[in-house]
Amino acid sequence: MTALHRKLLRTLWQIRGQTLAIGLVLGCGIAIYIMAVGTLNSLVAARDTYYDQSRFGEVFAHLKRAPEALLPRLTAISGVKATESRIVGDVLLDLPGVAEPARGKVVSVPASGAPLLNAVTIREGRNLRPDHPDEVVVSEAFAQAHRFQPGDHLAADINGHLRPLIIVGIGLSPEYVYAIDPGSLLPDNRRFGVLWMGRKALAGAYDLDGAFNDLCLTLAPGADIATVMDEVDRLLAPYAGVGAYGRRDQLSHALLSGEIDQLKVLSRMVPPAFLGIAAFLLYVAATRLIEIEREQIGLLKACGYGDGAIAGHYLALVAAMVAVGTILGLGGGYWLGEAITAIYRQFYRFPFLVFRPEAATVAVALGCAVVTGLIAAIVAVRRTAGLPPAVAMQPAPPAAYRALPACIINRLTEPGRIVLRNLWRWPLRSALTLLGFALAVADVIASLFAYDSIERMIDLDFFHAQRQGLIITFSDLRPWHVVDEVARLPGAKAVEPFRSVAVRLAAGPRIVRTNVTGLAPEGTLRRLVDPKMKPMAMPDQGLMVSTRLADALAVTVGDQIIVQALEGRRMTRPVTVAGIAEEYMGKTAYMSLPRLNRLLGDGEVVNGAYLLDDPQRLPELYARLKKAPIIAGVALKAAALQSFRQTIAQSMGIMLTFYIGFGAVIAFGVAYNSARIGLSERSRDLASLRVLGFSRIEVSYVFLGELTLLMLAAIPLGWLMGYGWAWAIASGFKNDLFTIPLVVAPATYGWAAVILIAAVTLCGLIIRRKIDRLDLVAVLKTRE
Amino acid sequence: MRSSVGDGNRVFAARGLTKVYATGSVLVEALRGVDLDLFAGELVLLLGPSGSGKSTLLNILGGLDRPTAGEVRFRDHDLTQLDDAALTAFRRDHIGFVFQFYNLIPSLTAEENVALVSEIAPRPMPPTEALALVGLAERRHHFPSQLSGGEQQRVAVARAIAKRPEILLCDEPTGALDSRTGIVVLAAIEAANRELGTTTVVITHNAAIAAMGDRVVRFHDGRVADVATNPSRRPAAELIW
Ligand SMILES: Nc1ncnc2c1ncn2[C@@H]1O[C@H](COP(=O)(O)OP(=O)(O)OP(=O)(O)O)[C@@H](O)[C@H]1O
Ligand SMILES: [Mg+2]
Repeated sequence: MTALHRKLLRTLWQIRGQTLAIGLVLGCGIAIYIMAVGTLNSLVAARDTYYDQSRFGEVFAHLKRAPEALLPRLTAISGVKATESRIVGDVLLDLPGVAEPARGKVVSVPASGAPLLNAVTIREGRNLRPDHPDEVVVSEAFAQAHRFQPGDHLAADINGHLRPLIIVGIGLSPEYVYAIDPGSLLPDNRRFGVLWMGRKALAGAYDLDGAFNDLCLTLAPGADIATVMDEVDRLLAPYAGVGAYGRRDQLSHALLSGEIDQLKVLSRMVPPAFLGIAAFLLYVAATRLIEIEREQIGLLKACGYGDGAIAGHYLALVAAMVAVGTILGLGGGYWLGEAITAIYRQFYRFPFLVFRPEAATVAVALGCAVVTGLIAAIVAVRRTAGLPPAVAMQPAPPAAYRALPACIINRLTEPGRIVLRNLWRWPLRSALTLLGFALAVADVIASLFAYDSIERMIDLDFFHAQRQGLIITFSDLRPWHVVDEVARLPGAKAVEPFRSVAVRLAAGPRIVRTNVTGLAPEGTLRRLVDPKMKPMAMPDQGLMVSTRLADALAVTVGDQIIVQALEGRRMTRPVTVAGIAEEYMGKTAYMSLPRLNRLLGDGEVVNGAYLLDDPQRLPELYARLKKAPIIAGVALKAAALQSFRQTIAQSMGIMLTFYIGFGAVIAFGVAYNSARIGLSERSRDLASLRVLGFSRIEVSYVFLGELTLLMLAAIPLGWLMGYGWAWAIASGFKNDLFTIPLVVAPATYGWAAVILIAAVTLCGLIIRRKIDRLDLVAVLKTRE
Repeated sequence: MRSSVGDGNRVFAARGLTKVYATGSVLVEALRGVDLDLFAGELVLLLGPSGSGKSTLLNILGGLDRPTAGEVRFRDHDLTQLDDAALTAFRRDHIGFVFQFYNLIPSLTAEENVALVSEIAPRPMPPTEALALVGLAERRHHFPSQLSGGEQQRVAVARAIAKRPEILLCDEPTGALDSRTGIVVLAAIEAANRELGTTTVVITHNAAIAAMGDRVVRFHDGRVADVATNPSRRPAAELIW
């Protein structure tokens, strides 16, 4: 081993603290990048493979009843590859140990073996046998929520008849990757499940022998989906078809794609920034570390070591940091990725979902670290190696001295003056440390604000707009007076009717398939609110649209929209936009209920009601609801809210925790590095101060005072940057399904500052011990 | 003069050397036109007041710095024309340097500091041998911070001698030493000069040391004020101060 190698090893040992600190920051940056982008890669890969293997439908249509004989004509539509007719229905489930009513979707499976499209993957147990009408395969998430095993029994109210069923298998389908009750936006596996049953059994239950009420089809390559959908609509119109829709409007797919879009936004907005920050800190730390060795580089050159040998030596130092970062980053990235993927497995039911980042993702993350390290080492070595050795071997002259204004200087004690002078003397260095701290604060805000936004969404949606306890859906259109019966249910304190109609809205070239909900004109249970959460009056005329819908159709108040009902008499009518209601989720339109009924010409009808319950009498109410034949579904606000919070906590919680943790790591890494390097640069000054009679506390004050000042200055800057970052994320988040409001609560600013202060204080305590232990004699004796 | 002095024996030839340091608006003229020849195998003492430009000259001769104007020839090469890589090779292959401020690497032991230089030299002596020559064999595993100032200076001398250079340039090699240790160090330098024929330049403030050289160059205010030839060299061991 040569002397140069020994020097390398000893230096590495000396700077192990900094190597670890920078390695940690770099490792976090790499890990989060691999995790976020890798999770996205994995989710997309799992979706594409699964859709392909299970022949997921591309166009879907629901109708009332069509003879099976229509199927060949549908298959013959040009551009259609395969069709599958089915019977699909909504059912109420009576579950042991669940007080509130649960909803289910029954889907028929052809008697002759597996379906052509939307193949059901059996995970446990076996497939249905023909001629066993009571057999059922249930969806996996639902089965797990209730610990159902093949062989267990359950009862379903199918078309008004309670049927005992036996579970023979547990399955998955591409239609229900994200199994969710159409009424809510988040999964509640206890209260919603999918049941696959034999076609014959369901035909009997729904009186659909030789007929079907649901259709899905796949397209030939190059087919135009819009033309196919129009043709399907034309053929199904006589059979009360509710309008064909593509995957874009298929709930599971839409939600899955929404999540993927969100991940895309997140992985574009946050991890690359982290990687960039980590690379930036590596650069700053590595260059400073090398510049400290200026005199030694000068000596090596003076003794005849070439630039290559010197660059190699320092490259090895930086390589150690990069290596630590890479190992931590790879290990951490895979570990985090596995953890997140395990959570996604709870929400997204694929037969296989494994964390497998693309090679390119890993290469980008590692390449970024390696290239930055390389550049840092070369830049720093060249800066010194370019000097004549005679100059490099002398201590670097302090940067051109700028005098501080006398009025400031005169007011300070001597240590205070030293603090300020040092900051002033190295403006770039101070600025970089300041920037590092500010980035840490910004990172915490950009991560934490998600919770503030969600609280705002909850507040608006669950407390200001929805004030009911339950939403009851009727199994069909019912006359208005049914509401009076609902009002007589035990524990019903107030009831308001509504009617929801599937429609196609068109404004110029823009078309959106959604629902128009008719609300009671003077209703108080379900209200529309403006951005300030003030209730908006429901106008007699015209349509109220949600913010998302207004965006999607590019309309404002006063514009005209063509409403085409997709059910009943399928009326097409122009209406005017009367107002825009603040809504973060969904793209619904609203109208006064009498007006809607008049528009559609169906008479005084409703298909659901909002109900305010008396919590005391809830069990009684549930028991009655489970038995009411006209009730197709019950959605509970409290349950929805709970599931919303739970989902958020699980799906975002871990990620955000790591993002916030990264903020703390950045703060610590920046503080530790700048302090450690400062200490090696200035240990002579500090020792001299001690020798001249300054106390330990005064010396620490001189040194740590700099850090503290920078930290305090970084907080407002970080707040500003954090707000900007949050704004960028919120704007990037607008997708088909929801927006997130840009809300940053004061507490978030507070936490961001607290995390920075805590990290810097921890670092200060460590450095303080080092200053206290400064070996005065040794420091003053050697010239570094 | 010890040996015949002719053009063929000339190792260094400096002509019209100037060096100006510009610090802010202040110009410091460290060298103001130096003409000097150094001949193979001779031992030259360089004397002069503080700040007169001695170190600056030595740095330029040793290829550590470049003059502002003028020419320095080393044998057939014009040092001012060499590029950075060639200057580095020149230092590695020909020059042994004792720096005024020692410039030891703090993370290396005495022996390793010597090895750092001898490892890349064409014909070095073992580091321990060099350390023995300056009386520091037992301290070879000590780090600079564990050595006294004078001991560090002796390590710096050992480092220069260990590569058995053709040219030995010593900037105040005894500045921090008492007379007894100083003589040990000077004897080691003298031995290198005598036994290997190393051309040696020693800067000193101590006029008593001048007696050990072939020639004494006096420096004043950036110029050579006077060159004297000693009729006979006094061995280092006999010097007293
Ligand atoms: N890097 C520099 N920048 C500015 N001035 C310098 C620099 N190096 C040396 N000088 C100036 O050049 C002049 C000559 O310096 P030099 O170090 O050669 O003196 P010296 O004769 O070796 O003095 P000493 O005996 O004190 O070591 C001095 O006035 C010094 O201040
Ligand atoms: Mg000098």
